[in-house]
Amino acid sequence: MLLINCPWCGPREESEFSCGGEAHIVRPLEPEALSDEQWADYLFMRKNIKGEQDEQWYHSAGCRRWFNAQRNTVTYKFGKTYKPGEFVDEDEV
Amino acid sequence: MSQSNRLSEGGQIDRTRMVTFRFNNRQLTAYAGDTVASALLANGIHLVARSFKYHRPRGIMGSGAEEPCAMLQVGWGAKSVPNGKATQVEVYEGLEVSSVNCWPNVEYDLFSFSELFSAILPAGFYYKTFMYPEKWWMHYEKWIRKAAGFGVAESEVDLDRYEKVNSWCDVLVVGGGPAGLAAAKSAADAGARVVLADEKAELGGGLLRSRNAQQQTWLAEIRKQLSKSHLVTVLERTTVVGYYDANFLVMNQRLTDHLPAASADQSRERLWRTRAKQVVLATGAIERPIVFGNNDLPGIMLCSAVSEYINRFAVTPGRRAVVFTNNDSAYQCAVDMLEAGVEVSAVIDVRHSGPNEQLELLQTRGVEIKLGCAVIGAKGRNRVGSVKVASLAENDVPLTGSTKRYSCDLLAVSGGWSPAVHLHAQSGGKPKYDQDNSCFVPGDSVQQEQSVGAANANFLPDDAIAEGVRIGAVATARALGQDTDLDGSEETANVTGKNALGIQPFWRVSDPGSRLKQFVDFQNDTTAKDIEIAAREGYRSIEHLKRYTLLGFGTDQGKLGNINGMAILSEELGQNLAETGTTTFRPLYTPVTFGSIAGREIGPQFFDPVRKTAIHPWHLEHNAKFENVGQWKRPWYYPIGDESMTQVVNRECLAVRKQVGVLDASTLGKIQIYGPDASQFLNYMYTNAWDSLAIGSSRYGLMLGENGMVMDDGVTSKLGDDHYYMTTTTGGAAHVLTWMEQWRQTEWPHMKVYFTSVTDQWVVMSISGPKSRAVLEKVVDDIDVSNAAFPFMTFRECTVCGVPARVFRISFSGELSYEINVPANFGLHVWNEVFEAGREFGMTPYGTETMHVLRAEKGFIIVGQDTDGSMTPIDLGMNWIVSKKKDFLGKRSLSRSDCVRLDRKQFVGLLTEDPDIVLPEGAQLVDQPSIEYPVAMIGHVTSSYWSPTLGRSIALAVVKGGHTRLGARIYSTLMSGESIPATVANPVFYDQQGERQHV
Repeated sequence: MLLINCPWCGPREESEFSCGGEAHIVRPLEPEALSDEQWADYLFMRKNIKGEQDEQWYHSAGCRRWFNAQRNTVTYKFGKTYKPGEFVDEDEV
Repeated sequence: MSQSNRLSEGGQIDRTRMVTFRFNNRQLTAYAGDTVASALLANGIHLVARSFKYHRPRGIMGSGAEEPCAMLQVGWGAKSVPNGKATQVEVYEGLEVSSVNCWPNVEYDLFSFSELFSAILPAGFYYKTFMYPEKWWMHYEKWIRKAAGFGVAESEVDLDRYEKVNSWCDVLVVGGGPAGLAAAKSAADAGARVVLADEKAELGGGLLRSRNAQQQTWLAEIRKQLSKSHLVTVLERTTVVGYYDANFLVMNQRLTDHLPAASADQSRERLWRTRAKQVVLATGAIERPIVFGNNDLPGIMLCSAVSEYINRFAVTPGRRAVVFTNNDSAYQCAVDMLEAGVEVSAVIDVRHSGPNEQLELLQTRGVEIKLGCAVIGAKGRNRVGSVKVASLAENDVPLTGSTKRYSCDLLAVSGGWSPAVHLHAQSGGKPKYDQDNSCFVPGDSVQQEQSVGAANANFLPDDAIAEGVRIGAVATARALGQDTDLDGSEETANVTGKNALGIQPFWRVSDPGSRLKQFVDFQNDTTAKDIEIAAREGYRSIEHLKRYTLLGFGTDQGKLGNINGMAILSEELGQNLAETGTTTFRPLYTPVTFGSIAGREIGPQFFDPVRKTAIHPWHLEHNAKFENVGQWKRPWYYPIGDESMTQVVNRECLAVRKQVGVLDASTLGKIQIYGPDASQFLNYMYTNAWDSLAIGSSRYGLMLGENGMVMDDGVTSKLGDDHYYMTTTTGGAAHVLTWMEQWRQTEWPHMKVYFTSVTDQWVVMSISGPKSRAVLEKVVDDIDVSNAAFPFMTFRECTVCGVPARVFRISFSGELSYEINVPANFGLHVWNEVFEAGREFGMTPYGTETMHVLRAEKGFIIVGQDTDGSMTPIDLGMNWIVSKKKDFLGKRSLSRSDCVRLDRKQFVGLLTEDPDIVLPEGAQLVDQPSIEYPVAMIGHVTSSYWSPTLGRSIALAVVKGGHTRLGARIYSTLMSGESIPATVANPVFYDQQGERQHV
């Protein structure tokens, strides 16, 4: 059972959370201006990184707030967690 | 004679408390403090079990969790435990235990004939033999399962209570031997909150089998100190069974299994879920057997177990003993036996030297010391009677030309020690092979844990204590975040020096000419020969070998046998043990009852919560049949007398169409939306525009995923400038709320809008039918309900039966219809009043089945029934609700090349040519009636009913290019092979102009 650091609540049990997939995918401001390929890229394409990945997580059985987390997809280890709109200084990691 | 093998003094047992217990219906006596194993041995009983495959007689080999053979059915009835280890079950007054896997009894087991066929029962026998023909397997399986297997799982309901505790500590010490005790005290002295868990009934670990006065004094003293310390929680009878991520450990504590009768309010077991900042693994080491001919006979035991029975329980497991060893520790066992009055004929040591002091002592007391020799075989019926000893040649092969036989009733064996690295491995560590000590030791720590004492191959108690003291302090410093010069990592290697026990690797007596079986895994009857065969057949990976030969698959998880099996495979493959490696150490360390894991959350109400509306008692009174919708119980239909379901649904439907019906719609998802950006947010959520909606009005909305597919629908009403009341499908409520939260929080955090689930706060009764206004008029206190004053798709805040209410004029039946919303606590009151008021108009309660028929007659979709995650609004023929002007979630996807294909499955009505045939839902649709497979499928039926209003069947379907096929004839193929012709039609079958809801 992992211990996940919710940036709103502090460390909580893994079972309180759900994963929302890759983070920092910005919804295009003008979808109608995009080609099918560009829209499909936003809609379907995910990096699926082996290693450190930024993900969206949801404290679904807790404060019900979303946040971002750095997680290693190989070791399952969580790195930094941070609120939406925040970014991590890569030098810190 | 009772307890003939009990020494007259000594031991930790309580001689003032004699208890009686029954073994295989035989009454025996023991003392409080005995385990079943020590009690049986005290009574001279060695033969307690039959083996898994060959039904060979088996005895007690060990003294703890490592015991592979002595498994018993413990207790009876609902409290019964199958496969309890005699070495772990504590004796109490009235305990009943019996042997398993034998018939008619353990002394004369008729299934032992299977050994006669052992030559044809090698590894993989079942795989190879019972493969073909495949359909016979079910017959083989019954026979095989009867012959093999262990105890009986109880089928009665478990009446015991089990509980769970969530806990934390600074330092968790696992194991109460010398290293663990020292670490716990050292950690507490440094200020840490410590939990010390030990699986036995009393602390002491390896010291329990020692009679060294100095050690016993130390043990008594530290136990006293720990019990006084307010920082230390000592958990006895508590096994740490799992080590998971982030220093999360699970412990199983047995609270009452050692008591004759637990009171009703006492829990039987407690499952501790613990987060520890630091873990000290002082799990000790497990002594290894040596593989030789007939090494499974009762009376062949581990040296450590012999010492423990003598010194802890004052029991002598035999009268005349031989010791067989490859290391120094066994000599202490020989000394213990001599001091307990056991005759020790010989110590057989494969090495060419022994520990001088003890060696001389033994020799002066007449014990023959045979160096450079090995026991090559044992003999006896149901108990060892003699052993054959041979000298070893240079290459450790026995010189069978010159053997000597020693008669004995006890053979104490030590093949060295294996540190219990299980938890370290579970934590993610990789055990590494230590050449010096010939064992696997903990590798680098992955989590916050350190191993100490025998678990780290520091086998001598003094070294273990020193290491425990040091690491206890290190763990505390780390747990409390103190700066420290102490370093645990470098110095955790052996303190005294390498190979303190002088272990010389010796796994198996090579004796190719012998026909005696050499057992490796005693519980699964895996022999050395099985492993040889597997290696010859190409099993080179230890993991594959394990699965082929069952090595280590038992309830003991190979605690004794695995290492020898790995060594034999290594020999066969000509590689070293480090290359072979270990199998994976998985949780749980020892078996845990299902009761403990389930805890108190037992019963169907915990399997899935049941949600009931506030009107539920009324539904029960009115004989409602219920349907599960998500977690909700919804009335399905209300039979009167012996009406059939069809009769009920026809009656309910016609009541709504002609008079008035009432439906409990409280389960609809309801979300309150507040904030100045609420309209803008709804614009994104729904396909239609919301800016223009007037306060007091309602609007139907369709919600899409970003892929353009329909996700949910419902009516949303505008309560105020910044205030909406959204309804969702019953099943989609939670998902819609989460969906909106995600977009609000992650994509548009600047939007000022908030959501509150109010599903449970409101009771909704939907009154439908031409007479519904007349009913409403009677119950509403303060508003004009005329068509002009209260038009379709509006709502009013008003008072109904004295209760503040919101009444929505919306319709899911196509009839004049009102949804009365009142606070849930007043729901039943208002429902009763409304029903009374409706009585004179023939008001009929109706359930979800009628609701489905009514909406299908109107061609209204149900998301999740008529849609399946691949339907766009265009596919549904709902272009009218899709805004061309504004952006919304999923909009761009609607113009993707795949979404504009003309041959997409589209939503249509379907009328069978024979109006009496009701198509099965899910039926496949094809163009041609000919059944020549494969047939191209052009769609399927999504909803299908008998329409009492129209007096014929109706169906809704999705059909490729369906919107352009109106009037075309297609066919539904049934499972029977029959083809039913049907005509593609407008999905609105009744009141196509939609006039009835506007009256």
